[in-house]
Parts: sequence; structure tokens; C-alpha cells
Amino acid sequence: MAKSKARVKAPKKIKKGEVFEVKTLISHKMESGQRKDKKTGKKIPQMIINKFVCAYNGKEVFSSDWYAAISANPYMAFYVRAEASGSLDMTWTDESGAVFKKSAKISVT
Amino acid sequence: MVRKIEMQPVNRREVMKIVGAGAVTGIVASLLPSLAHADAAKTAAAVKKAAGGKTPASGKITLELPQIAENGNTVPIGFEVESPMTDSNYVKTVHVFADKNPNPEVGSFHFTPGSGRAKASTRMRMAKTQNVIAVAEMSDGSIYMAKSEVKVTIGGCGG
Repeated sequence: MAKSKARVKAPKKIKKGEVFEVKTLISHKMESGQRKDKKTGKKIPQMIINKFVCAYNGKEVFSSDWYAAISANPYMAFYVRAEASGSLDMTWTDESGAVFKKSAKISVT
Repeated sequence: MVRKIEMQPVNRREVMKIVGAGAVTGIVASLLPSLAHADAAKTAAAVKKAAGGKTPASGKITLELPQIAENGNTVPIGFEVESPMTDSNYVKTVHVFADKNPNPEVGSFHFTPGSGRAKASTRMRMAKTQNVIAVAEMSDGSIYMAKSEVKVTIGGCGG
């Protein structure tokens, strides 16, 4: 799953104090642990992203813990208040310990 | 589809037992170890844990859910909790549960005053028609809860 593709959408320019939406998407199977292998009849073990964190200029502003009920290729949208220009850094961690990162630059006026 | 039909009476019986004896839910759960779907007791226990033993109040939470989901593999869900989101008064966490999935937990979403709005959306799996429950934990320790039913046409449980 090292090839997970992540996308982040946030406004490039924003006024200070305004609250804006950040939309994120990452490709990941989010194997629920409920599916069975059709050939062997055995359950496919669970393998999901269970942690998502968004840091704004190094400070955590939003995070979430995910369980197997989150759909494949998880989408997450949330809000952030504009304080200063800088970067929004997203980090996804899956159960194998693999870490996926994606950032977005924003300019606050 | 056959499996679905078989499951229903089990769940109903389960619910009846719990209504009758809330205190022995642990025993009921252990009697049915092979039950594939989350039962009412499991969900109730998860909600209770999220609420930290407090009785949740209603209100403040708006759930955005479809009334009917055609595909249970990816059901859009959103929620917003009313709050000024200041340093002294903000929403800390929103826990989301689904009462008839294999496991009740869906996700926990942690906000900070820097979030500006306690609003988020994602997509979830739903095994069948069921209730989605959101429990919000405020910075002052108060707990709010909201519930909404989604009808699922095709379950997203990988079966």
C-alpha cells in the first residue's frame, strides 16, 4: 500500500479569522476484516488506516480515529480557522505502520 | 440475501433480551459469541463508554445522512455540533457509531479551538438498515447525543 495516493483541497488564499473547509482523500483498501477470500474461504485480515491528523503550522487542529466501518479510499472533510500563512500537513497512518503524508500551502491575508 | 433474512430474527431476540435484563448484557453477549453483527448491547456499551458514564443530552448535533443509501459500501455522513469553538468552549470529540454493523465503532473525530467549526464529513460502510449515533463531548465535559436511521438497499459488509 506504499503507493497510496493522497489529495488535499484547501483554499490558496484566505482572510485571517475566516473558517475554511479542507477536503482530503487517500487511496487505501481499508480491508475491513469481514471479507472472505473466495478461493480459500478464509477471512482476509483487517488492514485499515486508523489515524488521520491535520497539523496547521506544526500544531494539531483536527484528528480522527478510524475503524473498519470507514469506506475504502477514505474521504475526510473538516474545518480550520485561518490564523497565519503556512502549511496544512496531513498524516495518515495504517495498521501496518505505513505513514502517508500530503501538505497544502495557504496564504493568509 | 439469504444470510440477511437469517440474521434478522437473531437480532430481534437479542434486543428483547436486553430490554428485559440490561444488567446481564455481558452474559448475553458471551452466549452468542459467533454473532456476526454488533448487537444492541455492544452498541449501548460503546456509547456508554464514549459518554464517560454520563447521561447524554439531546440537541446541538445535526446529522447529515441520506434517508436511503443504495450502496452500503460508501454512505456519505456528516455532522455539525453547535459551538462557538473558543479556547474556553469548544467541542472536543465526536464519536460515531452504527448499531448493526459487525462492530459499532465508526470513528472518533477530535476538534480543537483552531477548527473554527465542529463540522466534518466522511464516508462509511453500512451492513444493513440501521441507526447512526453521534456522541459529542464538549470541553466543559457535557455530553450530547443524536441518532438517525439510514435505510440500506445493498449492504457493504464484504459478504
